[in-house]
Amino acid sequence: MNMHPQSDPQVLTTRDGTPLKVSLAKALRREKLRSLALIAPLLIFILVTFAAPIADMLLRSVENGIVENTLPKTVNALSGWDVTSSQLPGEPVYKALYEDLKVATAEKTHTRLGSRLNYEASGMSSLFRKTGRRIKRMDEAGPFAEQFIDIDKDWGDLATWRLLKRYSPKYTPGYFLNAADAQLTADGIAMKPENERIYLLLFARTLFLSLTITLCCLLLGYPIAFLLASLPLRSANLLMILVLLPFWTSLLVRTSAWKVLLQQEGVINDFLVWIGVIGDASRLVMINNKTGTIIAMTHILLPFMILPLFSVMKTISPSYVRAAKSLGATDWTAFWRVYFPQTVPGIGAGAILVFILAIGYYITPELVGGTDGIFISNRIAYHISSSLNWGLAAALGVILLGAVLLLFYVYDKIVGIDNVKLG
Amino acid sequence: MTESRGASVRYENVQKSYDGETLVVKNLNLDIPPGEFLTMLGPSGSGKTTCLMMLAGFEPATHGEIFLNDKPINNVPPHKRGIGMVFQNYALFPHMSVAENLAFPLQVRGMGKAEQEEKVTRALEMVELGSFGSRRPAQLSGGQQQRVAVARALVFEPELVLMDEPLGALDKQLREQMQYEIKHIHENIGVSIVYVTHDQTEALTMSDRVAVFNDGIIQQLSEPDQLYENPQNSFVAQFIGENNKLSGTVVAVDGDTCDVKLDDGTMLKAEAVNIGAVGSRTTISLRPERVEFDTHESMDNLIPGEIREMIYLGDHIRVRMKVAGNDEFIVKVRNRGEKRDLRAGQTVEIGWAAGDCKALDPVA
Ligand SMILES: Nc1ncnc2c1ncn2[C@@H]1O[C@H](COP(=O)(O)OP(=O)(O)O)[C@@H](O)[C@H]1O
Ligand SMILES: [Mg+2]
Repeated sequence: MNMHPQSDPQVLTTRDGTPLKVSLAKALRREKLRSLALIAPLLIFILVTFAAPIADMLLRSVENGIVENTLPKTVNALSGWDVTSSQLPGEPVYKALYEDLKVATAEKTHTRLGSRLNYEASGMSSLFRKTGRRIKRMDEAGPFAEQFIDIDKDWGDLATWRLLKRYSPKYTPGYFLNAADAQLTADGIAMKPENERIYLLLFARTLFLSLTITLCCLLLGYPIAFLLASLPLRSANLLMILVLLPFWTSLLVRTSAWKVLLQQEGVINDFLVWIGVIGDASRLVMINNKTGTIIAMTHILLPFMILPLFSVMKTISPSYVRAAKSLGATDWTAFWRVYFPQTVPGIGAGAILVFILAIGYYITPELVGGTDGIFISNRIAYHISSSLNWGLAAALGVILLGAVLLLFYVYDKIVGIDNVKLG
Repeated sequence: MTESRGASVRYENVQKSYDGETLVVKNLNLDIPPGEFLTMLGPSGSGKTTCLMMLAGFEPATHGEIFLNDKPINNVPPHKRGIGMVFQNYALFPHMSVAENLAFPLQVRGMGKAEQEEKVTRALEMVELGSFGSRRPAQLSGGQQQRVAVARALVFEPELVLMDEPLGALDKQLREQMQYEIKHIHENIGVSIVYVTHDQTEALTMSDRVAVFNDGIIQQLSEPDQLYENPQNSFVAQFIGENNKLSGTVVAVDGDTCDVKLDDGTMLKAEAVNIGAVGSRTTISLRPERVEFDTHESMDNLIPGEIREMIYLGDHIRVRMKVAGNDEFIVKVRNRGEKRDLRAGQTVEIGWAAGDCKALDPVA
């Protein structure tokens, strides 16, 4: 049997004596390299335009180099100072602050630091601005502590120094705490006062409304997908065009159309008043609240539920239901015990798709959600484009991402992620 | 186990049209006695499945009435008909185990758990799949799935079982094996079976009677041997078994036999089965194995033929000849071991009895 008595009989070799596995790997390497070269452009594109920005965003949610970069000497001098002490830091710290601020003012970076610290405590922005204006007039010989307190008494306030000390490390949990309606106080992490909490409520609302929208899409989409799958091809195609029609009109137009329909002086209310179902005084409030968000988003996301459902249903042979009926099942039993279980992968795919899209939706809640129908993404958008607090926006985004991944995990445990079929 | 378990079925003037323009089933009349194994045999598109679906209740009859045990069932929904059914692709529920598939018809009938289990076990044993109950259908081979489908159609003890080309997806060997198994199950339980196939061997092997379908019409309804021995028309003669065709004109009719003048002038004596008056066109049908090279004077028909080709097939030799202008004339010679001096190009005399060639309706 063994043509190479010198080699180990357990190891298969090629004719020249190299082990078979090595030869095989060598032969396959070329193939692998070639296929890698084929996907390389896409890979690079994704890395540059998708993975890198996300990594950057993740970093931003904890990154806090600004304090140390702007006030390097102060941070260094503060390292010897105990946050919990009831004594103001010593003169060397004030001296360091003076030197740092002189540089910072010249480079105009002190206002940026001010806005950054303002996220944590209001008043910081104006403190730094004011100090920056006065710094040139300060006496270089000192004593610095008195001069600073003279400029603004906040420099004599322990809270200011505690804040600076707390935010001097390169990385901070501050954004995440903020995103979870908490803050870092002298005695550790604590919830913000009741009236300042906003994000937890928004997260909960986003999840709840997204689930509601997903459920509405399922309830409305399932019968339509079923109809599509059971109609003869020609009529099914026509109906499919109707399902896809919303894709051909702009999202803004569709959302505005809902405004026209749903507002208190809108078509639906007018009609209801006209037929006498509701009185003129008690017109329904269906927009600029949760109802508006649910209605408009269900409409917009419905195709994403119908399409996967349809493609799964189309593959289910009608002979299953026939078999069930021939075995004595009523129409309902045949549907529930035989047809429905086979559509679960489609439900899974559609639900995940709709839920993921809903949870990150932004334009529609912005337009029809009013104040109690907006999503966390609206807040993220606000912090990115208006308040310019990118760190907080990043932290909110990371939490949102984490929540989605967690839900994925739960879904995988309950239903099984491989039990999802897009077609 | 008893003869009386089967149901009777009667189609009365049943017609079916899907589009309102063409009749897919044209005036079907069919009487199936209790316990019979009846096969609907016919080419694809001849309306067999449609007939079966009307019986099962999945397609309404456009006209006419179907009776089950002498009760009209046109308005009975499928799940109340109590008819077992085996589908071509088996239609085993993919999300249920084999045992759950079998228990399904018992569950929907509200049977107790213990009784269900007992019946499922017995049904699995009947198809020799005793240890496969916990598997999913996808984990079974085609033949095993087929058996599960048969067991499922029988487990709730219906009086009638319908099978629509149930063996179509199996390979030849397995198909033959399953043919015998289904036949034996039928003999043991005594249910009525209506079986649809386009495979004539299958039909001849299994059935008590065969209904040959073509173009929405039953061409012939008879026992398998009669179908082969006594085809009633040219379609059946051609569809069942191998067949030589010779076209000619009836020149004289004498009781059961007639004289036919073939188109090249040859005169033949044939059994008059399905012909018009003297002077009408006819097609003579003749089985290849009924033609003899060892001719003798007493044979009704003796004519010369030129050997074109010889094909050795082991148990017999196929000889292709040119006879009376037809050069696709086939003769099967049994291989008896004797040396026979036949060669291509020879012209020899062949002969057969009048009763072996049937004068049937003309084909173009
Ligand atoms: N659901 C249907 N709708 C329209 N035409 C059909 C349908 N089912 C079958 N037909 C037509 O009816 C004829 C007979 O079909 P079928 O009964 O399936 O034949 P078979 O089973 O003998 O092959 C065919 O011409 C087929 O095209
Ligand atoms: Mg068919």
